[in-house]
Amino acid sequence: MMATVEKRPPSRRTVLKTAAAAGGLLLVGFDTVQTAKAAPDNAPISPFRSWIQIDQEGQVTLMSGRSEMGQGISSALPMVLADELGVDWKDVRVEQAPNDVPRFGDQGTGGSGSVAGSWMTMRQAAAAARTMLITVAAKRWNVTPESCSIKNGVIISGNHSAKLGEFVAAAALLPVPDFKTLTLKKPEEVQIIGTVVERKDIPSKTDGSAVFGIDTRLPGMLYAMVERCPAFGGKVQSVDMSAAKAMPGVHEAFEIPAVPDVHSWGGVAVIADSTWIAMQARKKLQIKWDMGPFSNESSESLRHEFLRIVDSRLKVVIDQGNVDSALAHVPSARRVDADYELPFQAHATMEPMNCTVRFNGNNAEVWAPAQGPEWVRTTVAQVLGIKPDAVKVTTTLLGGGFGRRYQADFAAEAAQVAKKVPGKPVQLIWSREDDMTHDFYRPASYHRLSGAVDEHGNLIAWRHRSTSTPISEWWSPKDTPESSELGSSTQFPYLCHNYRLEYLPTKSSVPRAWWRSVEASTIGFVMEGYLDELAHAAGVDPLEFRLSKLDGRLVKDPISKDNRPLDTARLKAVLQLAARKSDWGTPMGKGEGRGIACHYSFNSYVANVVEVAVSDGRLHVKRVVSAVDIGTPVSPDAIRAQVESAIIYGLTAALKSQITIKNGGAVQSNFDAFSTLPMNETPLLEVHITPSTLPPTGIGEPGLPPTAPALTNAIFAGTGKRIRRLPIVPADLA
Amino acid sequence: MAITFELNGESKTVDVDPATPLLWVLRDTLNLTGTKYGCGIAQCGACTVHINGSAQRSCGIPVSAVNGKRVTTIEGLSKDRSHPVQQAWIAEQVPQCGYCQSGQIMTAVAFLRQNPNPTAADVDAAMSHNICRCGTAQRMRKAILRAATMQHGGEAGAKL
Repeated sequence: MMATVEKRPPSRRTVLKTAAAAGGLLLVGFDTVQTAKAAPDNAPISPFRSWIQIDQEGQVTLMSGRSEMGQGISSALPMVLADELGVDWKDVRVEQAPNDVPRFGDQGTGGSGSVAGSWMTMRQAAAAARTMLITVAAKRWNVTPESCSIKNGVIISGNHSAKLGEFVAAAALLPVPDFKTLTLKKPEEVQIIGTVVERKDIPSKTDGSAVFGIDTRLPGMLYAMVERCPAFGGKVQSVDMSAAKAMPGVHEAFEIPAVPDVHSWGGVAVIADSTWIAMQARKKLQIKWDMGPFSNESSESLRHEFLRIVDSRLKVVIDQGNVDSALAHVPSARRVDADYELPFQAHATMEPMNCTVRFNGNNAEVWAPAQGPEWVRTTVAQVLGIKPDAVKVTTTLLGGGFGRRYQADFAAEAAQVAKKVPGKPVQLIWSREDDMTHDFYRPASYHRLSGAVDEHGNLIAWRHRSTSTPISEWWSPKDTPESSELGSSTQFPYLCHNYRLEYLPTKSSVPRAWWRSVEASTIGFVMEGYLDELAHAAGVDPLEFRLSKLDGRLVKDPISKDNRPLDTARLKAVLQLAARKSDWGTPMGKGEGRGIACHYSFNSYVANVVEVAVSDGRLHVKRVVSAVDIGTPVSPDAIRAQVESAIIYGLTAALKSQITIKNGGAVQSNFDAFSTLPMNETPLLEVHITPSTLPPTGIGEPGLPPTAPALTNAIFAGTGKRIRRLPIVPADLA
Repeated sequence: MAITFELNGESKTVDVDPATPLLWVLRDTLNLTGTKYGCGIAQCGACTVHINGSAQRSCGIPVSAVNGKRVTTIEGLSKDRSHPVQQAWIAEQVPQCGYCQSGQIMTAVAFLRQNPNPTAADVDAAMSHNICRCGTAQRMRKAILRAATMQHGGEAGAKL
C-alpha cells in the first residue's frame, strides 16, 4: 500500500557507523558486544547487532522494528524471536528499535503487514543467534553442537549448562550463518507462539509513563502550531502577525510554504513557550486566505458528480461471461438493482498529529509517532536541506495510527518550524480541529449494482459499476486507480459466470489516503450488503446462499497479478465457524435479526455475524461474533483485541461518523460533530480464531470490512429495511 | 500570577497566565505528560484528572480554579501500579494504543469510589463520555467490574 513512497536507504556501512557514533538512546548495551568485522555488504546483519541484545548477565533485550500503535506488534515480533531463541517471555525486555532500515529492514507499519512481513526474518535472526551461541558453547565444552539446546535462556548439553550471557561476546564475533541453512523450530516445538502472553507495553499505559510523540520533553523545548487554510488547496494571501508576535511567550510567527511531496499545506506558524500560548497566539493571526480553485466543492457537488459519472460510460475492468444478456432475460422478481454510497471518513487518532525536531545546523534529531519513520527521515532531511544520513529518527509510541501516521506531512511542518530556531527542540502540535480538518480521508464512493439469481438460487449475473475519489490521484497519479480502489471485488469469491466490474475515478480536492482496511472498508460493505439482497431475492438463507457458492476454488486476481489467490474453502470455513458460534438460524424476537458477512482482505479471511434489535426506530447492536483465519495465530489475545478494535472502528463508521465537505473544506472539526461508538452502545464481542500452521497474515484491518454489511444485513433481517448508504441515520430505521 | 495547589500529594506553585487550562500546566509547565490532550473541548475525556477527588476534564478548567485544591493525575494514582483499577487494566489487557487510557482509568477510579458495587449498566453509563478510538470498551467494562471485586477484598484473579 506504500509502493509509491520512495525509499532510499543509505549504504549499510554508513549507517552502522552513524548508529554507532550516535549511540542510540534506546539501544542499551548496543555497543557492549563487538560483532564480526568486514562482513560483506550482502551478508545478513548480525542478530546481535540488530534484534537480539544479550548482556553478560544473560538479560535478553529484543528489539521491535515496527511501530507500536496499539496493535501489540512490540510484543508479537519479540514473541517470535524469544520462541526461536529459547528464552522465557517473562525474562525478556522489549525495546523499540530506532529508525535504521539497513539494520532492521522495512520499518513501515501498515497494511496489516508487520507479522506477515517480519515473522520469517525474526525466526531466522533468532535461529542464527541460537546457532552462533551453541557453536561457542559446544567448542568450549568440547561437545557436538547437535547435543546442545537452549531452554529458558540457558544452553544445555549433558551435564553442562550456562546462561546465554557467557557465550554472547564470542558468538557475536562469528560470521552470521546463511539464513537459508538454518533449521527452524517445528510447530510442535514452539512454546510462546500461539499462547496468550502479557503484552510488554501495557503496564506503562496504566500509569502515565508511556511516552507518545506528544509527550516528548527536552530541555529548552518550544511548542509550535500552524494555521492552515480551511479550504483544501488554498493559501495565504496576506497576514498580519503583529498581535501574535506581541504576546508574551511567543518566539516566532512566520509563513511556511507547502511541501508538495508530502502534501503538507503550508500556512502560518507560531512558536511559543507552551502549547497553550501557541494556541492563543495562533488565534491572533490576521490571515486573509486565498481559498484556492476548489472552494466550491461540497458533499452535494461531489454527489452530483458521482451520479453523473456512474451514469456515464465507465472503464470495463473485468468482464466475464455476458452480464447484459443474463440480466435481460431474467424476470424482475429475481433481478436486483441497487445503489450504494459511502462518505469520507477521518482517522481521528486519539493523539493528534505531532512531531518534535531539533535542528543542529548540519544534523537533526526527530521524535516522531510515525508509521513510516523512514519517510519521516527523508522528508525532514529534504526540508532542512541536509543529508538523510544526518537525520536520526526516534519512533515513539503512537496514540493510534489507522493509516494516518503513515504520512509525513506533520514531520515536514515540524522540520520547517525547527529550522527557524536552530539548536532548540520544537514540538509541532496539531489541535484536534487541525487533525480532523486536514486529514487524508478515506475516499468517498458511489456504486451501482445490478444482478440476478435463477430459480435454483444460483447467482447468474453481477454487474458492479462504481466511482470514487481514488487515493491514487493523491499519491500515485500514474497508476490506474481501479487496481487499488476495487479491492477484492477483482477476486469475486462466489460462483457466478457473468461478472462485470466497471469503474471511473471522480476528481476531488479532498485529500485522501489509507484509512483502516483502505478500499476493503467500502468494497466489503457493497459486496456483502448487495449479496444479501440477492440471497433474499432468491428466497435462500443468506448463510446458505454464500456457502453454496464457495466451492473450494482458488480465485486469482486478474488485475493485480501479485495478489495471492483467494481460497474459497478458507472463506467458507470462517463463515461456518461464525455461524456456528453465533447460533445462526435459531429463532429471534420481534424486531431482532442476525446478519452475516465475510470478506477477504490483506490475505486474511474474516466472517462476522451481527445481532441487532430494533424497536421504535431505535437500534441496539447486541452482539458481534467474528471468525478469522489468518494463518498461524502468533499472539491470540492481540489478534482478538485487533478484531474487537476493527469491529468497533467499523461500527463507528457505520453508525456515528462521517466527514462532509462545504466550501472546499471539512465540516466536522471535533468529537462533538464526529462522534464515536460509546461504551453503552458497544455490543458483546466474540472473536474465534481458526487454528492453522500456514504462514501468518494480517489482522489489524481485516475485521473491519465485514462489520458494516453484517450490521445492515441484520437490520434487514429484523425490520425489512435495507440500508445502502452509510452512516446509518435515524430516518433509515423509522 | 502564582497559583498553588496540591499535586499528587506535593504542593506546587506555578506562575502562569491564570486562564491557562490545568491540562497544559500539567503537561508543559510541570512536564507531567500522563494526562493527555485529545479534543480541548471536554468531549473525549483523555485529560481527566481528580480535583478534590472528583473526575474533571483538565482541558476546560483554568489553572486558577484549582488554587488551594487537591489534584491527582494518573501518575499519582499509585507508586507501583498497585491500584486495583490499574491491576485490573493489566489483567484484562485493556490498552491498545493507550493514549486515552489515563483518562479512562481516572474516570473509572472516581466512579468506583461513588459506586463500589456497580452493575455492567452502571459502568456503561459512567464511561460513555470517554472516547477510545481503539475500541477497548468491552475490556474496560470487564476490568472495572474486576476492580470492583478486588476492592472488596477479592483477588485480581487468574490473569487472562
